[in-house]
Amino acid sequence: MTFLSLNISVLAVIVPLMAAPICVLLRHSGLAWAWATAIAGITFVLSIGLLQHIMANGTLVYEMGGWDGPWGIVYHIDEVGALVVMIVAAIAAVVMPYAKLSIEREIPKERHYLVYCMFLLCMAGLIGMAVTGDAFNLFVFLEVSSLSSYVLISLGNDRRALTASLRYLIIGTLGATFYVIGLGMIYMMTGSLNMTDLATLLPEVQDTQTIHVAFAFVIIGFGLKLALFPLHIWLPNAYTYAPSAVTAFLAATATKVAVYAMIRLIYTVFGDVDPFETYGLRGVMIALALLGMFAGSLLAIFQTNVKRLLAYSSIAQVGYMILGISIGNAIALEGGIIHMFNHALMKGGLFMAMGCVFYMVGSTDLKDMAGMGKRMPLTAAAFVIGGFSLVGIPLTVGFISKFYLVQGALAEGWWPIAFMIMFASLLAVIYVWRVVEVMYFQKPADGDVSYNEAPLAMLLPTYVLIGAAVYFGTDATLTSEISLNAAQTLLGGSK
Amino acid sequence: MTAETLVLLALGVPFLGGLSVLFSGPGSANVRDGLTVITSIILFCIVWQLIQIVDAGGRPTVTLLQMIPGLSLTLSLEPLGMIFAGVASFLWIITSFYAFGYMRGHHEANQTRFFFCFAIAIMSALGIAFSGNMLTLFVFYEVLTISTFPLVTHSGTDEARRAGRVYLGILLGTSVTFLLTAMIWTYVEAGTLDFQKGGILEGNAPAGVIAILFGLYIYGIGKAALMPFHRWLPAAMVAPTPVSALLHAVAVVKAGVFSVVKVSVFIFGLDTLRDTGASTWLAYVAAITILLSSIIAMRQDNLKARLAYSTISQLSYVVLGAMLASNIGAMGSTMHIVMHAFGKITLFFCAGAIIVFAHKTEISDMHGLGRKMPVTFFCFFVASLSIIGLPPLGGVWSKWYIALAAAETDQIIFIAVLMISSLLNIAYLMPVVLYGYFGKEKPADTHSHGDDHSHHHAPPNHSMLKHLTFGRPGIAEAPIMCLAPIVLTTIGCFALFFYADRIRLFLTPVFGG
Repeated sequence: MTFLSLNISVLAVIVPLMAAPICVLLRHSGLAWAWATAIAGITFVLSIGLLQHIMANGTLVYEMGGWDGPWGIVYHIDEVGALVVMIVAAIAAVVMPYAKLSIEREIPKERHYLVYCMFLLCMAGLIGMAVTGDAFNLFVFLEVSSLSSYVLISLGNDRRALTASLRYLIIGTLGATFYVIGLGMIYMMTGSLNMTDLATLLPEVQDTQTIHVAFAFVIIGFGLKLALFPLHIWLPNAYTYAPSAVTAFLAATATKVAVYAMIRLIYTVFGDVDPFETYGLRGVMIALALLGMFAGSLLAIFQTNVKRLLAYSSIAQVGYMILGISIGNAIALEGGIIHMFNHALMKGGLFMAMGCVFYMVGSTDLKDMAGMGKRMPLTAAAFVIGGFSLVGIPLTVGFISKFYLVQGALAEGWWPIAFMIMFASLLAVIYVWRVVEVMYFQKPADGDVSYNEAPLAMLLPTYVLIGAAVYFGTDATLTSEISLNAAQTLLGGSK
Repeated sequence: MTAETLVLLALGVPFLGGLSVLFSGPGSANVRDGLTVITSIILFCIVWQLIQIVDAGGRPTVTLLQMIPGLSLTLSLEPLGMIFAGVASFLWIITSFYAFGYMRGHHEANQTRFFFCFAIAIMSALGIAFSGNMLTLFVFYEVLTISTFPLVTHSGTDEARRAGRVYLGILLGTSVTFLLTAMIWTYVEAGTLDFQKGGILEGNAPAGVIAILFGLYIYGIGKAALMPFHRWLPAAMVAPTPVSALLHAVAVVKAGVFSVVKVSVFIFGLDTLRDTGASTWLAYVAAITILLSSIIAMRQDNLKARLAYSTISQLSYVVLGAMLASNIGAMGSTMHIVMHAFGKITLFFCAGAIIVFAHKTEISDMHGLGRKMPVTFFCFFVASLSIIGLPPLGGVWSKWYIALAAAETDQIIFIAVLMISSLLNIAYLMPVVLYGYFGKEKPADTHSHGDDHSHHHAPPNHSMLKHLTFGRPGIAEAPIMCLAPIVLTTIGCFALFFYADRIRLFLTPVFGG
């Protein structure tokens, strides 16, 4: 037990990282899948342990290889980091069992072992981003997760997956490069790369032109990664043409981890600089967040492909998270953090439902889903519940997020923003409604080959996430507590 | 059995009843219908017992679950809520019987889904009635909207689909944009959402904020059909008549106006409303709604549409009583919830009987129909008197108290509004009866069918569904399964005239002597 509790933070990264190449050795599709699923499960258990440890004992600091910070690489995990690790591991653990059938349907058999290898690498990269306390290490893990996700997306069976992946690669690399340039400037001015160290060193140099520019670079860098409007253009195609299991995993994790990195930069690295006041960041972020919320929701209404609809919806949801971060008080920040968790559940479940649709129907176009309410009642029901959550109907997680975000806005007296959050929910009603109408009120096209409900192996994981979306919407005490602690730790300045 | 258990059962019984219908439905229609009746009777017995407990002074409270730290889903019974619960659960029994007759006579499909959603809707209505804080009320309010949607769009036609969009659009739109915002804002200002006599905002927020909040609440409760958010009600008339009868004369709309009264009394407090003047402009909005919708009702030839606009008008009576910010007014409002429920449900039952068994939907086609369906039209007449507000029917008392409140608070103009409204009620309700009994029958060349089903004009083969003829030629009354509920609710309108004071006594703890 002592070994585990000492090294748990590292194990969460090392286990999937080391396990990934083994997938390459296990050429057989089924074996590779089983291995990846087992690793995901183990990592999930580790992440729960990590979260419990942090809730009980506070922030965890781990020095890699025993080298002291700030020269050595230090892992620094607080509540929000542990929460993000848990989100990534949980989604991986749920998507893996689902992936077997879904990947078999969409990707040629001889490539399966590559998919599972990339999955594990992506997971390792994302978890690494969440646990690290070193700014350059963040970049390394960012690249690990990004490169593996480019590969994963390109494996989609639509030819456009290659173009989508290439576009994502270019834009993503742009983002990572921006970040590393900004980091370089910071290193030049402060001589350190350790996050807690930087927090103490930056206030002295905060007014220099170099740091101003550096801050802008790093924010834009991660803005590209988390699809902040208008840096979102890579997302719709990437989510639409990627294999279903990949979309489910990435939609639920990649943008969240990027949001986490943004939180880390603003509240920890630049925490004592208070960029909202010093650099006037607040107005810009809120404006971009609101634009993202409305642009994403409006564009979603006009989509004919449901996966693309959900992708635009994700852009809007990221807007909510950024809004929570930029409003600045504890409640709004709590709302932003809890929405990271809630959105992972909602979108993961919704994209998995779409994967079930693709498995049976071979398409995710809206017109091909006519009459699905009768033919695939469980899948359709899962979509409806996920849709309720996007709108913010009570008893789903979406309601909880909105509650905190609006509370946060009203606590600052910004009632126009509160109203805008509500209006965006109404837009969500419209685009969810379009899909519901087609599924339940339209007759299937003539000459349609009769299809049945999706297989249980795919429905069960979908309902695990959708069920969690309902469970944590009716009893949000646990997630609220974690998020509140996380927000308070962040606002209390860097530690 | 403790009071708390009864409260939980009151919600559990309709839910389980609905599930049992869902799982037995595809089997036998009689089993399904039997289950619905049994469930409704058991439910009313439970609610009746709870009414006794509350009458004796008990205030059972149950916490269902903790949603977020500091806010939980809580049920807390008090007289105002029990009135609504009693009305809804009693009329469910009667509507169930009526629905069997109607649905079978109309050869409706998907009856399993219908009765399941009905049960869930009743459960949510009770949840609203029993709610102990605004969050609980909001949750059940939304569940009610969603569970009634399949009922409104039951027939699945394009018209039903469009109506469903209007229904959902207005109700979800108002509740998310205005009501939810108001609720969260209240939480930020007052730190709690519990219902407390005298309100929770006193001293916690400046008068301007209270006024804005109140406006947000009242417009956020779209189910009260206050203009201009009233369009969903006529749109929902596309639903089968039992739905219109119970939900849109009783459960859904009463949930709306009940919420208005509850918010006025328990979140804001009538004294706070009076002091800040937050409700005055809304009283005028209610008055305009009363008059305008009555005028629109007069112009409707479709009977259900006329009744729909009449409902909008009557709902604003309840809103007006609460907006007068006086105890008598709010008491009159609550009483009107009961009176109008019985009156309107009778009118809708009659309309449904006419649609299914005489195949008429337009009033201009109903000339002389009163001679063929004398009992139905007589009940229509009696219920109309109650709506108009004439003794010896119950409706006179609720109008009386609201007028008294207007006098007490020096807002005489509203007495004039009530008087004019009564005249308008006569103008749009009495012609139906008069033409029915004394009008000359139109030549029977085209039957107007207001709906898309093609009917076989041969009488249905179920023995309970045969037209009643009372042994006289020329009489083709609705069958007993539909006629009995109509007569029962009509007797109710009459009985309420004598029972009104008992209701007033029951409400004394909330509104004073």
